[in-house]
Amino acid sequence: MQYHDLVIIGGGPAGLAAAVAARQAGVQDILVIERDERLGGILNQCIHNGFGLHTFHEELTGPEYAARYEQQVRELGIPCLLRTIVADISPKREILYVNAQEGAVTLQAGAVILAMGCRERPRGALGLPGYRPAGIFTAGTAQRLMNMEGQLVGRRVVILGSGDIGLIMARRMTLEGAQVQVVAELMPYSGGLNRNIVQCLQDYGIPLKLSHTVTAIHGKHRVTGVTLSAVGPDRRPIPGTEETYECDTLLLSCGLLPENELSKAAGISLDRVTGGPVVNDRLETDCPGVFACGNVLHVHDLVDYVSEEAARAGRNAAAFLSGAGAAAAPIPLAAQQGVRYTVPQCIDPARMDDSVTVRFRVADVYRDRCLTVYYDDTPVKRQKKRAMAPGEMEQVVITKQSLLEHGPVSRITLCVEDPA
Amino acid sequence: MTEQFDVCVIGGGVVGCAVARALSYYQLSVCVVEKEEDIASGTTKANSGIVHAGYDAKPGSVKARMNVRGAALVRQLSQTLDFPYRQNGSLVVCFNAADLPALQELYERGLQNGVQDLRLLNAEEVRALEPALSAAAAGALYAPTAGVVCPFGMTQAFAENAAANGAVFRFLAPVTALAADETGYMVTTPGTTLHARAVVNAAGVYADRIHAMVSRIPMHITPRKGEYMLMDREVGDLVTRTIFQLPGKQGKGVLVAPTVHGNLLVGPNAQDEPDKENTATTASGTADVRQKALRSVPDLPWNKVITGFAGLRAHEDGDDFIVGEAPDAPGFFNAAGIESPGLTAAPAIGEWLAGQVAARLGAAPKANPITTRRGIPRVAELPPAERSKLIAQNPAYGVIVCRCESISEGEIVDAIHRTPGAVSMDGIKRRVRQGMGRCQAGFCTPAAMAILARELAIPVTRVTKNRPGSELIKE
Repeated sequence: MQYHDLVIIGGGPAGLAAAVAARQAGVQDILVIERDERLGGILNQCIHNGFGLHTFHEELTGPEYAARYEQQVRELGIPCLLRTIVADISPKREILYVNAQEGAVTLQAGAVILAMGCRERPRGALGLPGYRPAGIFTAGTAQRLMNMEGQLVGRRVVILGSGDIGLIMARRMTLEGAQVQVVAELMPYSGGLNRNIVQCLQDYGIPLKLSHTVTAIHGKHRVTGVTLSAVGPDRRPIPGTEETYECDTLLLSCGLLPENELSKAAGISLDRVTGGPVVNDRLETDCPGVFACGNVLHVHDLVDYVSEEAARAGRNAAAFLSGAGAAAAPIPLAAQQGVRYTVPQCIDPARMDDSVTVRFRVADVYRDRCLTVYYDDTPVKRQKKRAMAPGEMEQVVITKQSLLEHGPVSRITLCVEDPA
Repeated sequence: MTEQFDVCVIGGGVVGCAVARALSYYQLSVCVVEKEEDIASGTTKANSGIVHAGYDAKPGSVKARMNVRGAALVRQLSQTLDFPYRQNGSLVVCFNAADLPALQELYERGLQNGVQDLRLLNAEEVRALEPALSAAAAGALYAPTAGVVCPFGMTQAFAENAAANGAVFRFLAPVTALAADETGYMVTTPGTTLHARAVVNAAGVYADRIHAMVSRIPMHITPRKGEYMLMDREVGDLVTRTIFQLPGKQGKGVLVAPTVHGNLLVGPNAQDEPDKENTATTASGTADVRQKALRSVPDLPWNKVITGFAGLRAHEDGDDFIVGEAPDAPGFFNAAGIESPGLTAAPAIGEWLAGQVAARLGAAPKANPITTRRGIPRVAELPPAERSKLIAQNPAYGVIVCRCESISEGEIVDAIHRTPGAVSMDGIKRRVRQGMGRCQAGFCTPAAMAILARELAIPVTRVTKNRPGSELIKE
């Protein structure tokens, strides 16, 4: 059986950054497996700018950002298999991949980094009533068709969901001459970044209807219209508020789901909230030697954070390969009171880096609150926050020093509190 | 010029294709006319995919006779014609001890209909067989001979086998007029007119309209809508057998069943619908199905639903299949009112009706009809060594297009070049399951569109989801 020290599944932003960091940390034998015909993943279809402000201190387009990492991967001579799909991973890190040149191949990996990204929530999972005509696309599919295949999916558009891709596509389709009539959002707040609401909707006069959803899709063969209704606090449509828009296209931007079918095959435990693997501060899953980073771990809003996280996964995989032992006594992180989840889900104080960035999302829109970190029952950190929203990922840094100074800790808790 | 055939079959659903296949074993020229762009586009594409054991139908009814024979034929043909079928057994579960006599009645009806291996189970036995069932289960009728089948796969197999034996298919050909003459019937469609010595009406929810073109005998079909939800394969093993609810005061109930492809299917409710084209799902229908299904399996994971759909059953007022020659229209044969257990019954209806037509036309069986057919290889299901061998022969089998269902480019190309082949995105999906998985074609739509355009040599702007008018891309 073929053997590689490190196999990285996915050649998008997470996989590439992990590969570069692992090589820089000394791993010679790396293989990146990518299902598409080119590296870069979803960045290739994100032709708008705004990428790289943190990483490169400049504004790049998606393909430009991907190209920077591709360039490094090429210069470092890291082999990448393209148009190759991983069909299975075993708990012992045996990987079955398939491509046209080699057929079905099994290999053994010393360590694995999961970087498969995420998928969009489809119409069927949303339970939207009505016909099933052509003209209903997830925003990312429409984005790919438009930006990579050069095809216009519609001329009169309604968008359901205010996730970032939907917002970006509202602007993109407007620029291509389509009429984007409205963006409807089920929740009373947007799921996307504030900057996208300003730059993609407000700048183009596209209305955002919060607390609205689709209650009928018209047209048996191609979409001919969409009915929107206001929803109450229970998120159920309010009868009598129906408004029908004539349109030929409905775009959906209603959430992203980490793609963890392979992780499940390997027996890896998943977090119910993130949909991604449960990891420790080294981004290692409960399957030893298998690490996770990027949108397969939890959905990010900025690629810069993906790269940073993936580089950590790469370095940690390198440490694993050079014999770093298993975690001794990790402290669980608890997400409570307004904090929906944390990544990582536990921290090992004995082995952790000097500091660990814990990322999380909040459950609602909060103004003038505190984000508090408790070591057991002791509040050890209180950050004032003017605004927090579910659409924007938050972070807090836990230092090794603070943990050691505090003495034995059995639980670290993050929560949103009123300012004391 | 009018094309001449011995038999024209109206409708390319599972019944029409089953009839066409059985007719193609006789020395007869056969033409199937279908109003949509592909086979399996009406009731066939949206049903439960169940092979019923045969205890439901009233003894002596056409439904009972065709069901029991059909179930045996489906089992046998799944081997020779290579389509997905699994005998998983079914349970009719009773949730109220007061209803147990009704279960007994159903058992006895099954015996009368000739269903094999039926058993009545007590509450403990039911729970032991299906731990996910509600604690309220008081007993069940167990039918080990029931199964699940891929409705599209079976219809394709029938159609391809018919085509291999010379049957031809005309798509986008709704019948607009049907007129008797001295030697048979003139069949008019917008594109062509053809003449056939005999006609088989397998027009599903439209069978009453076709029938009325040549017969004065009343027939009335009510489309009866049923809504479904399909769940991720991840939870496909929540139940092993098909779980029915004993019909009672709360109505007929809904089923919870694994599909032959390993998903979990929940539904259908029943709602009469005046519009023969209305396959829209509704909020109330979804709620109805959910509430009923919870009676059987209280822990159904609704967050695993990947799609919902609705189908129309062709319910005839007389509540039985109408199969055979219309008394006042010689040479005009009905296969009408084919609602449940119509999928199961289809090959039996085909076999019997073809015999009737052949007798009427004095046609002899062919000496050597083609009786086997190989399906499109399901490459991802092969062991790695065999998979590699196939990919070495045709590298397109190694290019995965649909990641959720592991469907390769080679399989999609096969689907397009079968006879009859896929000409639309839905046609590909129904043949090889591209886009049927958890992402519901989010990732593979662009690639599949490009393959379809390339293989049919059409611009991508002409690629349709189903019939013309359902183009995905705007010019």
